[in-house]
Amino acid sequence: MKILNPSPEMDRRSFVKKVLNGTIAGSLFLAWPMGGGSFETPEEIPGIKGKDYDLLNQEFAFIVDITRCIGCGSCCVADKREYNVPDGNYRTWVERYVKGFSDQIYVDSPHGGLDGYQHPRTDIDEEIRDTFFVPKLCNMCKEAPCVQVCPVGATFISPDGFVLVDEKRCVGCAYCIQACPYSARFLNPITKVAEKCTWCYHRVRKGLLPACVEVCPTGARKFGSMKDETSEVYKILKGPGVLTVLKKEMGTFPALYYKGARREVI
Amino acid sequence: MDAAHTPAAMLVTNYVFPNDLHVHWSMMIVLYPYITGLVDGAFIIAALYYLFDVKSLRPVARFSLLFALAFLAIATLPLLLHLGRPERNFNMLLTPSPSSAMAGFGYIYAVSMGVVVFIILFVYREDLVELRATSKGWLQLLYRALTFDSIDLSKDARKLDQKIIRFLVGIGIPIAVVLHGYVGFIFGGVKANPTWSTPLMPVIFLFSACVSGISAIILAYIVIRKAKGRSIDHECIKTCIKTLTLFFIMAFTFEMLEVFSHSYLKSGYHHMVEGLLNGPLASSFWLWQVKICSVIPLFVLGVMVLFTINKHVYNFTAAIVSAILLLQVLIMRWNVVIGGQLMSKSARGYTEFHPEWFDKEGIVAVIIVMAIPFIILFVLSRIFPFWTADNEINVK
Repeated sequence: MKILNPSPEMDRRSFVKKVLNGTIAGSLFLAWPMGGGSFETPEEIPGIKGKDYDLLNQEFAFIVDITRCIGCGSCCVADKREYNVPDGNYRTWVERYVKGFSDQIYVDSPHGGLDGYQHPRTDIDEEIRDTFFVPKLCNMCKEAPCVQVCPVGATFISPDGFVLVDEKRCVGCAYCIQACPYSARFLNPITKVAEKCTWCYHRVRKGLLPACVEVCPTGARKFGSMKDETSEVYKILKGPGVLTVLKKEMGTFPALYYKGARREVI
Repeated sequence: MDAAHTPAAMLVTNYVFPNDLHVHWSMMIVLYPYITGLVDGAFIIAALYYLFDVKSLRPVARFSLLFALAFLAIATLPLLLHLGRPERNFNMLLTPSPSSAMAGFGYIYAVSMGVVVFIILFVYREDLVELRATSKGWLQLLYRALTFDSIDLSKDARKLDQKIIRFLVGIGIPIAVVLHGYVGFIFGGVKANPTWSTPLMPVIFLFSACVSGISAIILAYIVIRKAKGRSIDHECIKTCIKTLTLFFIMAFTFEMLEVFSHSYLKSGYHHMVEGLLNGPLASSFWLWQVKICSVIPLFVLGVMVLFTINKHVYNFTAAIVSAILLLQVLIMRWNVVIGGQLMSKSARGYTEFHPEWFDKEGIVAVIIVMAIPFIILFVLSRIFPFWTADNEINVK
């Protein structure tokens, strides 16, 4: 590494002068009211921040727009950082679907898409007809099998419709992991209790969007209140567009909807 | 048949959901239904004698009860080893969630345990009263407690004992059926797993439980008697083998019915189940569970039931066939519990399971867990003698 020598023209006097000038100028900046001290988080979900949160009168929806996802993996990174998710376990992940001209479907999700899909698959011999990405997360089922099977009631549905895990009650039997048709759960190897995506419940209660929604650069992940008729999710869900849920035949009634999901998506 | 060449497999590109790579229910959860199954089967033998008056089972009736108790005593051990937070296990009893199938286990287990213990105490009351008279020190104190501090052996008291035993065994049967049928339901009630989600699961588990328990009693009886240099009651073994044959026909029929239904109905996840049985489980299911450990014993049992065979050959064959059937049920539990989890919920691939040696759910732990009931059985034999002059010779 090259070490820069101080300029030979700069003597001690001029150096002290410059430092003093800088210090005074800096102090003035600090004393001057710039508004920086009263930083406030912006309200992203209208009607929550600073108001009484009515637990019994809430309904939220999550929409994944497959046609918008570019497989960058930002959502996975945000999620891992938000919750310090141990390696090899995923609260959310992104799958890459590749469809060949023979209608063969190739799916992969290396590291749950955490690194983003920067390179095409090289192990497919045939010509590719189509490719798309499918983000996955907790489906927040209204008839949640994980809640039904939990022997101690550690997994429960909150009055505002979130399927949550009480980590202080969970015994780590993994019955909920077996029961989840979407494999959205895992046993945290450090805490030894079941864990899953919560749609960032702690953020939502502050009027903030889930971390993955916040960072999505293309708007492929959408979240909002169904009680707010101006919200994007309300407009999409009440609109004429086609939305689907995963594994409908399981009878779980997810609150997570997919827009543009191809029939191959499971 | 190679799974990779079936038309259905064309859709499979071995994609496993990232959270499905790990098999969450491993060998301890294989042992759990295996152990409760042994308890159930052993209890059935005792019930046949004490309630249904199958007199030829007299030599093994008491032993079956003690065998059931020894295994029942450790039935929760594999579960505790499996739990991520075993120190919270009492939450299941203290704050159970009524909607969960699993939440009932503690209660069903506790009731089973109570019933088996009381049956044993009443069955052994006469012996215990006699032993109390001849023992000294802490052993006498123990026998005093075990006889409820009563030394009444009058005719009326014995009659009452018999009535109580019949009553306890009578309620013990539905409890035993619930205990193991319920274990089957824990799996059968998981709709997310197409290999588990079948109403047949409790039935399959129940019949295979009877198979394993009766096999265990036959094998243990023959081995212990041989080791002690004592005679083997041929009539008793014959009755056990006949009962075993009946239960095994039922168990195997239902196991095959399940596979046949899947392949005939070809519904939903058929290609995944077919791929599982013909792919990752080809060896453990078709070769070991079905061909070696089911078809061969079925044939041998058929010969034993239909033809007259030399007594010594019969007893020897009984021990061998029982050992094979014990293995059959263990492999069946493996194929259901671990095999079922190899199939990812992505319906596009299968994960792998590699047992570890020194994990808390590893191979060494499995061996230790399975050794403990035999130690308990040994200790029990010091307090409750398996065989006394009374039941040495078969009462005809």
